[in-house]
Amino acid sequence: MLKDILSVVQSTWLVFLHLFRKNPTIQYPEEKAYLAPRYRGRIVLTRDPDGQERCVACNLCAVACPVDCIALEGTEDETGRRYPDRFQINFSRCIFCGLCEEACPTYAIQLTPDTELAEYNRQNLVYEKEDLLIAGEGKYHGYNFYKVAGLAIGGKDKGQAQNERAPVDVKSLDL
Amino acid sequence: MIPTEILYPILLVYVVLFGLLTVAGLLIWVERRSLALWQDRWGPNRLGPLGLFQLVADIIKIFTKEDWIPPFADRGVFVLAPTVIFLAVIFSASLIPVAEGLAVFDVNVGVLCFLAFSSMGIYSVVLGGWSSANKFSLLGGMRASSQMFSYEVFMGLSLMGVVMMAGSFNLNDIVAAQEKYWFILLQPLGALPFIFAALAESHRTPFDAPEAESELIAGFHAEYSGMKFGMFFVGEYAGVAVMSAMIATFFFGGWQAPFPNLFPFLDVIPGSVWFGLKTLAFILFFILIRASVPRPRYDQLFGFGWKVILPITLLNVVITGAVVLATQS
Repeated sequence: MLKDILSVVQSTWLVFLHLFRKNPTIQYPEEKAYLAPRYRGRIVLTRDPDGQERCVACNLCAVACPVDCIALEGTEDETGRRYPDRFQINFSRCIFCGLCEEACPTYAIQLTPDTELAEYNRQNLVYEKEDLLIAGEGKYHGYNFYKVAGLAIGGKDKGQAQNERAPVDVKSLDL
Repeated sequence: MIPTEILYPILLVYVVLFGLLTVAGLLIWVERRSLALWQDRWGPNRLGPLGLFQLVADIIKIFTKEDWIPPFADRGVFVLAPTVIFLAVIFSASLIPVAEGLAVFDVNVGVLCFLAFSSMGIYSVVLGGWSSANKFSLLGGMRASSQMFSYEVFMGLSLMGVVMMAGSFNLNDIVAAQEKYWFILLQPLGALPFIFAALAESHRTPFDAPEAESELIAGFHAEYSGMKFGMFFVGEYAGVAVMSAMIATFFFGGWQAPFPNLFPFLDVIPGSVWFGLKTLAFILFFILIRASVPRPRYDQLFGFGWKVILPITLLNVVITGAVVLATQS
């Protein structure tokens, strides 16, 4: 019994000592917690080093999305370059899993360390393409899908991509 | 002109009433802040200086809430119950000597009046639990009454040592008798049971079995909302303040300055300030206890009360009686 009472006295004393402990609370709007560069927050669409859209509207992100929050429609410009005509992400559904970023073959869709997405109106959480598209390259610098892909688009023919040899002219083969 | 002998007591009544209500209201903030600090948090710190206006926000919130009486409740008793605890606390507050000879109700049998008034608070809890017609509320009320049976017994007995040493039931005389030594030094076995009983009387952890959030939702006030709940709430805080004041009065020299022999210059500070500081210290102690001690099973509480505290208190009464008799003859 005496032991029990002493243990209560001891725990009371230990709790009292917490008065002098450093407080781990971060005073949010004034102070902000550090978020790592690869933190999974607000989703953006990035551009390649030439300032053109990276997205080729392949729909892989929309397929990978477990909550179906991505909707897009692709189109093609006169040079044959594909790009999304319409790109919507519904952030009220998004679970920030990052699977779209993993699925993207062109580093176009990326998650950023920004979590401040609050809106008064739920409808405002549906981001359109102009809300998603940023001016820069995001996390992956210097990557340009069309420069490494063997696809002929305006201004770049077959065989002109990086590390790509000129196509073989089958008629020149002397068999 | 109103003669001073009438004006003065009326003024005192209002000062004590206003003081008690202010302290009870402030305690909402004090408890939330200090509890948070002991749990390595900040508590409400955003509204006004140090978060003090949180209090105003809480009061506005509680006043504008829907005040709902369940259709199955015993309406009259249900409405009456929250007022009883508050009245009981105000009555006991009127007995406290705030400074030398300064009490609203300076009566010869102050100790007995205090015991009577403070135990009236139990009616509030029991009636509230009963009239709610809800099994959890009823369990809470029942627990409160059985807790009262075990703690009221030694609450009175623990004060008998003090009364014997002071030779008076008058609270002012009791404080005056502590001029040389506080009764905590002469009556440690009386002080400890009284502090336990004070905790139990104001339904604070670890003696909050009537409320027991984890078992009974909110116990006796589960069905209360709006300002009726607020009355229970403020009544509890006022009870904490009054019980702290009583601990200070009975065992820690009330309005007397500490160490009169060592530091006589402390007398410069008026007695009411010393009394306030001591009361504040015990209020904070009550909150510290809440921050650190978990709630035991309630039969363990009663076992502790009857098997440990009551014998200690009886022992204290016998020893004190013998010593007082021996020194007087």
